[in-house]
Amino acid sequence: MNTNASTRDVVNVAAFGVTALCAALTLGILFFILGYVLIHGIGALNWDFFTKLPKPVGENGGGMANAIVGTAKLVGLAGVFGLPIGILGGTYLAEYGRGRFSFFVRYAADVINGVPSIVVGIVAYTLVVMPVRHFSALAGSIALAMILIPISLRSTEEFLRLVPNAIRESALALGLPQWKVILFVVYPSALSGISTGALLSLSRVSGETAPLLFTAFGNRFWSSGLLNPIASLPVMIFTYSIAPYDDWHRQAWAAALVLLMLVLLANVGARLMLRRRTYT
Amino acid sequence: MDLMNPSALGIQAQNVKAWFGAKEVLHGLSLEVLPKHVVAIIGPSGCGKSTFIRCLNRMHEVVPGARMEGRILLDGEDVSQHDPVALRRRVGMVFQKPQPFPTMSIYDNVASGLKLNGLRSGPQMDQIVEESLHAAALWDEVKDTLGKPGTSLSGGQQQRLCIARALAVKPDVILMDEPCSALDPIATAKIEELIYALKKSYTIVIVTHNMHQAARVSDETAFFLMGELVEFGATSQIFTNPAHKKTEDYISGRFG
Repeated sequence: MNTNASTRDVVNVAAFGVTALCAALTLGILFFILGYVLIHGIGALNWDFFTKLPKPVGENGGGMANAIVGTAKLVGLAGVFGLPIGILGGTYLAEYGRGRFSFFVRYAADVINGVPSIVVGIVAYTLVVMPVRHFSALAGSIALAMILIPISLRSTEEFLRLVPNAIRESALALGLPQWKVILFVVYPSALSGISTGALLSLSRVSGETAPLLFTAFGNRFWSSGLLNPIASLPVMIFTYSIAPYDDWHRQAWAAALVLLMLVLLANVGARLMLRRRTYT
Repeated sequence: MDLMNPSALGIQAQNVKAWFGAKEVLHGLSLEVLPKHVVAIIGPSGCGKSTFIRCLNRMHEVVPGARMEGRILLDGEDVSQHDPVALRRRVGMVFQKPQPFPTMSIYDNVASGLKLNGLRSGPQMDQIVEESLHAAALWDEVKDTLGKPGTSLSGGQQQRLCIARALAVKPDVILMDEPCSALDPIATAKIEELIYALKKSYTIVIVTHNMHQAARVSDETAFFLMGELVEFGATSQIFTNPAHKKTEDYISGRFG
């Protein structure tokens, strides 16, 4: 009996130790990345970075104002195109979807989630860039939307499924049509989850580089409208970090820091705004 | 009005069968609920009590793969001819677990059925909310906190809130699916008093696992067993002098 008890204790302690270690490791990696980017980026960060255009090669200084605005434009537009499709599609899967069609939609979304993002870039290149023979913000945001749709679709579905069925039944039993039940009872109950999912999908695509390389392309100047090539932070980070100039390396770190901060701010902000009585 | 039963009010269930997928759970039940009576349905778990009352307001068909056969007449009209949404406004339902809408205040919970069906806020809405909370014996406890979340109430209060919510749409019939199974004895006693008071204005069908509750609140009792109606009659007779051996065994606690 005694030996059994001590073996059990050892196994218990070991299991606790291993799982706790892995949890700490995950957190450690996150803080390592944040810290590393912060240390390298903070030095190159100044007011010019947010307000000035990039300087010509060989000249120090300048900033990435065009790329910051460009990323906002690309991601915002990707959200406008992709979020309605993702959220409504996810609503279909959770609230109406049964049977074979839903199975295929779900499966397709998971497959697209696993496709390397450069492939999505090539698709957008073929569909949008080739016909007009011009790189554009529109092409870039369509590429990002294609990545965003399956993510927001699946997260919307998951969060809607967390709303207890009894809530839906209570509302139906009051003599409400199903669309009102979804719109006024189920959506509000899952609001914070759905918005968190939407935000995560936006965060995810705001860091995508590969699909932008031959759709939005890049631009060292301001880009007007949607039909011109446009700069973005990830592509700038990519271009600047592989260039042979020290000043560009520092600016790439600063761009990485700004991108991280923007994503972090958006997430924390939304969390604070959405502290409500919901299930998710 | 159904031409076969020109004067039939209340609920008549005729040979009701129900399925979940290929599994038949009700094997042809017939029973009648008189207007402004309370009928209790008793029987062991899985005997089809809940399924039966969910057929009455067509909530059964909401479950994927579920279907029913037979006729259910509400005041002489076949419920299958009704629009289910309109039917459910006439046949309200209270569920086992109190389930206030989590994002709504106490007031909005009660008003939800009306609001979402297009009634504007205003004195009329205020009046219906107050009446419904009075009828559910909750008004005195919440009249100063109507803006608080419905989920901030205790379990028993939440269940009365759900009853008020069902009453606000002015149904003729109220179905209760084990409304006290998640409540403590004091809250249960309050709900039972409430059922007694509601009987004056509403027809009530209540599913319960509690024999004493059935005996206390109902006029008639139906005993279900494995999807069949074993016995249906005046509550006093079912509990004192049941016609069937199985009924007697069940209510005396010998099985089930």
